[in-house]
Amino acid sequence: MARRNVFAPPSLSLRWIAVWRRNALVWQKLAIPSILGNLADPLIMLFGLGYGLGAMVGELQGTSYFAFLAAGFVATSTMYAATFESLFSAFSRMHVQRTWEAIVNAPVTLDDVLAGEYAWAATKALAAGACMLVIVAAFGYAGSRTCFSRCR
Amino acid sequence: MSVLSARGLRKSYGELEVVSGLDLEVAPGECFGLLGPNGAGKTTTLKLCLGLVDPDAGDIELLGEPIPKRAREARARVGVVPQFDSLDPDFTVAENLLVFGRYFGMSRREVAARIPALLEFAGLAARGESRINTLSGGMKRRLTLARALVNDPQLIVMDEPTTGLDPQARHLIWERLRQLTQQGKTLVLTTHFMEEAERLCRRLAIMDHGRIIAQGSPRALIAEHTEPQVVEVHGPGVEAWLEGARRLAPRVEQVGDTVFCYAQDVEPILKTLAGQTELAYLHRQASLEDVFLRLTGRDLRD
Repeated sequence: MARRNVFAPPSLSLRWIAVWRRNALVWQKLAIPSILGNLADPLIMLFGLGYGLGAMVGELQGTSYFAFLAAGFVATSTMYAATFESLFSAFSRMHVQRTWEAIVNAPVTLDDVLAGEYAWAATKALAAGACMLVIVAAFGYAGSRTCFSRCR
Repeated sequence: MSVLSARGLRKSYGELEVVSGLDLEVAPGECFGLLGPNGAGKTTTLKLCLGLVDPDAGDIELLGEPIPKRAREARARVGVVPQFDSLDPDFTVAENLLVFGRYFGMSRREVAARIPALLEFAGLAARGESRINTLSGGMKRRLTLARALVNDPQLIVMDEPTTGLDPQARHLIWERLRQLTQQGKTLVLTTHFMEEAERLCRRLAIMDHGRIIAQGSPRALIAEHTEPQVVEVHGPGVEAWLEGARRLAPRVEQVGDTVFCYAQDVEPILKTLAGQTELAYLHRQASLEDVFLRLTGRDLRD
């Protein structure tokens, strides 16, 4: 039998949902510290730099430094959430906890596991970005005018 | 029809051929043991049979499904106890079973209905809500076994199920495995505990360097590959004693300053030992371990 082609299409099934749900259940148990941790870091940066450095920078063509930073932080916390999940957390599931090794003994392929992990990382990214957006909006910096239109 | 059959199985990792032309046949309802020193290829053989690793050559059929082509369908009716514990540390005992059941496409209701019986089987009836890190090594192993049964499998594949357990925990696992065979399940296990293989397995295959070098029931293997009696002698002056005794035993092995004499009739050997006050000796029946060491050698494997 020939060795399976590395470029073969993935062998996927809906079982990836079970992998996603596993990660979601773990997250549920650690939700509050996880949300606080995910938000605290960017918020400290945002308010520290936004109000601190922002006081010195002032406005540029009608856009405050805080508004400029706020849009950036929505983007970075989204990307950071997905990166952290697929670097650190996924590695721990692959190597330290041997979670994937256990899963592939069930009728789930490694491709299903990866699909579940990608979907989960995307879910966390969406949630992290949405949280930041809500907070930024609460301070009145989410309107398109504040961020973009005045930059032209 | 056999539960598992493999023909001409080969697998290499780079230059190293881990499995080199292996044939295997497991009948329904039997407990089949795969024995071998570390690095003999036992784990790789199991992974090939489960479709987790693709073979370089050979044909495998697991529960009537061709592997690796329809491995997913076959694995739906197989339970696996991996070599290393891989329970989810973030979950309770019951949640571990629930989450694992979902990988088989079972609903929460279906798994929940099976959980009490599985916990009972694992001797963890009162520990359903315990966290994994509060369990002992034996409890974790039992839970791993219960997790492998969540889909009510026909075949249970175990990679060194009792390695690292104390005798109490080991005996409990053996007892549970016997229950499973009585329920008509087929078991395939790897081990390097000869005692375990002798007690549990109806049929054994001894593996070394990726090949099966002997196969049969524990008793048949002992009868075929070694003399039935053994005298182990050690102590100062063992060399001098051996000079005279060597002709009394058809097979003598010397390891350090211990001498193993294998023979059909050991009475003459025991007579020469009767007057020796310096030498300590032990007379026993030959065991599977003697067969194993004879076939795979006494050299250390790393």
